[in-house]
Amino acid sequence: MASRVVITGMGVVAPNGVGLSDFRTAVRAGKSGIRFDPQLEKLQFSCHIAGKPQLDEDLIARYFSALELRNFNSSGILYGVIAGMDAWLDAGLTPNTTEEPYWDYGMIFGAGTSGIDRFREAIYKIDEQQTRRLGSTVVVQTMNSGVSAYLSGKLGLGNQVYSNSSACCTGTESLLMCYERVKSGQASIMLSGATSDSGPYIWGGFDAMKVCTFKNNDTPEQGSRPMSASASGFVPASGAGAFVVESLEHAQARGARIYAEILGGHSNSGGQRGAGSMTAPNPAAVQRCITSALDNAQLGAADVDVINGHLTATAMDGLEIRNWSKALGRSGKNFPYINSLKGMVGHCLSAAGSIECVAAVLELSEGFIFPNINCEDLHPEVLECIDLDCVPQELIEREFKTLIKASFGFGDVNACIVFKKYHDGQ
Amino acid sequence: MDNEELISRLKPIVAVYAQDKVALESMNPETDFIKDLKINSANLVDVILDVEEAFDIEIDNQSMEKMLTVQASIDIIKHKIGLK
Repeated sequence: MASRVVITGMGVVAPNGVGLSDFRTAVRAGKSGIRFDPQLEKLQFSCHIAGKPQLDEDLIARYFSALELRNFNSSGILYGVIAGMDAWLDAGLTPNTTEEPYWDYGMIFGAGTSGIDRFREAIYKIDEQQTRRLGSTVVVQTMNSGVSAYLSGKLGLGNQVYSNSSACCTGTESLLMCYERVKSGQASIMLSGATSDSGPYIWGGFDAMKVCTFKNNDTPEQGSRPMSASASGFVPASGAGAFVVESLEHAQARGARIYAEILGGHSNSGGQRGAGSMTAPNPAAVQRCITSALDNAQLGAADVDVINGHLTATAMDGLEIRNWSKALGRSGKNFPYINSLKGMVGHCLSAAGSIECVAAVLELSEGFIFPNINCEDLHPEVLECIDLDCVPQELIEREFKTLIKASFGFGDVNACIVFKKYHDGQ
Repeated sequence: MDNEELISRLKPIVAVYAQDKVALESMNPETDFIKDLKINSANLVDVILDVEEAFDIEIDNQSMEKMLTVQASIDIIKHKIGLK
């Protein structure tokens, strides 16, 4: 019989809060993590604002040895390791101190790129004919699976250790893949997560595509405006989120605290057909992903209490709302509550799904709906589909049962996951 | 530069990578970087780059392959310094 699957630990490194406690406080308060970024201005980006997690050396030294930090220049691995280790400890688990790997515990930790700053240093050295002076750490910091390689070594995992990559779906997809592996009984614990590098070399391509806002350089905290009539593009950001995904049986046997149950989900692609392209989602695929996720979770559209959207603050937000409305067959006042964390943290790219799912699971577990910020002027396309009250702008304290979250990525890929409140075996 | 002085200059370089700090304390010409000091084999190239920088020498690929013990390192460093 398939296992029921629950979340028993979380960790997060977000632009508006590092660690679960600071992040919770920030999310409830609608606190922005978007700041002016002098480096982007100096490099003549159009967008001079960004969401970067604020880390100090003392904190970093708690997760990495002095040797590991020699010639270390991979922000994605840094964020991922901190979030992953935090999730592990939050679940009441310990890093493996024996010589025998944890055969039943694995990890799928995604990334879009790895160590892009380290890669840049290496490219300069190679072009200066200094390849022999690269040292030993370029490969492990720049391979896409670097984050799972670092983490699995620290934890001593012996089940599948993998890094998925599917653009801005990566985090949500990772959680779905871990859910499947635990559900099928191939592992009793999987560490899920996703991370994204920081800085101009990851964000430059988006800036050049003119998908980032350039109208809010003097007002960073108002810069990320999902669902707003004055939205003018996303704010580039970075960070990591992580989850301990565990079979209910295993969690109960060790008396673990349970945040929420994963009921199911779906991932698919629009095939870059119809209205879908490399960079635009095929609405038929998005709607199908949502309905298939609900079918997989054995829920109906009427069961959905809260939606955590992808909602990046580009011209696509209106389309996304229409897709949700069509897929659920719900509109106006009958539409569920919907929110977007990106108003506070910007678009954390490959890490977006993981960081946003941490916020979503906190809401479900603790009984609140976080406020949407910077959408006091809701876009007319949003209001064509749903009522103003469905987009809370103040914190709502309310217990609810079901939350659905979707992420969409370049390549016309989608991932959607359904969480249910868990209490006392129910 | 005599052996003792070379060892004392080599010690802080390998200390960064040595996992076995007890073996590091009693480092002598017979000490093996991997077997005794438990240096990760991938880090041997980092040790060599640090040695190159500290002694302002360049160690060729053939010599690198031999630099597995303190004595071999001393011999190579002496030779390279002599060539300067």
